Amino acid sequence: MARTFLVRGLVCGLIAGILVFLVARIYGEPNVDGAIGFEEQLAHLASGAHEHEEEIVSRDVQASWGLFVGVMVYATALGGLFSLLYAYAWGRMGRLGARMSAALLAAAAFVAVYVVPFAKYPANPPSVGNPDTIGFRTALYFGMIVISIVAMVAAVNLSRALLRRWGAWNAAIAGGAAFLVLVAIACYLMPTINEVPDGFPATLLWQFRTVAFALQLVLWTSLGLSFGWLTERSMAAHPAPGSPALSAARR
Amino acid sequence: MSDIAMAPEALPQPIPLRELLPWLLLATLLALIAIYFVGAEQGATSLISGTWVHEFVHDGRHMLGFPCH
Repeated sequence: MARTFLVRGLVCGLIAGILVFLVARIYGEPNVDGAIGFEEQLAHLASGAHEHEEEIVSRDVQASWGLFVGVMVYATALGGLFSLLYAYAWGRMGRLGARMSAALLAAAAFVAVYVVPFAKYPANPPSVGNPDTIGFRTALYFGMIVISIVAMVAAVNLSRALLRRWGAWNAAIAGGAAFLVLVAIACYLMPTINEVPDGFPATLLWQFRTVAFALQLVLWTSLGLSFGWLTERSMAAHPAPGSPALSAARR
Repeated sequence: MSDIAMAPEALPQPIPLRELLPWLLLATLLALIAIYFVGAEQGATSLISGTWVHEFVHDGRHMLGFPCH
């Protein structure tokens, strides 16, 4: 069972990765190029000479194979992690059904793994960020992801504890509120980073971050929906033992 | 709609943690290593010398939201 889920998660991760790559390639790359253009402009102004940094990997490769491999590895890894989260939740989420539980888990994971860390430490295009602080910023970003996941787990547990007394709706609101309070406190306490260089175009920064957000939205949506669809399909094909032949009759 | 039709069906049985744990450990470890290489190698920390990994996944690292440089 765990194996089936894991394989399915990897497949869904690959599907999500392809979609993410397409969006990144079409909508994201122009912003990366724009930011690199800004960076080069600054370098020209500083040195006064026309010189190029030596490229270890050409821009063409970065924007095609590099982007593809990076996105696919990331999406497949998340697909695998998601499938094990699903495997754990399997049979522990009441009567929600395969598709609904996949969609809810993906939405919760999206919020915990990306939305909250993004709200505090948003994605940055090239030329934004001081190379000297990369270690600190990376630690803060991963720290924020961990805090946000811990808060989500706590909130889900709270919801489940309240479910019987308060009903699903109110218990979910209480869990959501608890999550927001926890991450709001964390955002307040964690140091703020602002290393946008003077003169960096505001529209470019906004567009870059919007696309970065959209990429993750595409990733988690396609992951959750495809995983739920495949799970539902395999349940209909192999109904649980002892169940009425209802699922067979539906087809 | 089909969710309503499914209601009388037996609910799926949870997978025992004992059975899940090895998968969880192995896959989590592999996934974290993979994400580390896309997200942080030759940036904040460096296991392999040089900057090739960083440069190769450069665009993805930026767009997926990791601090790059």
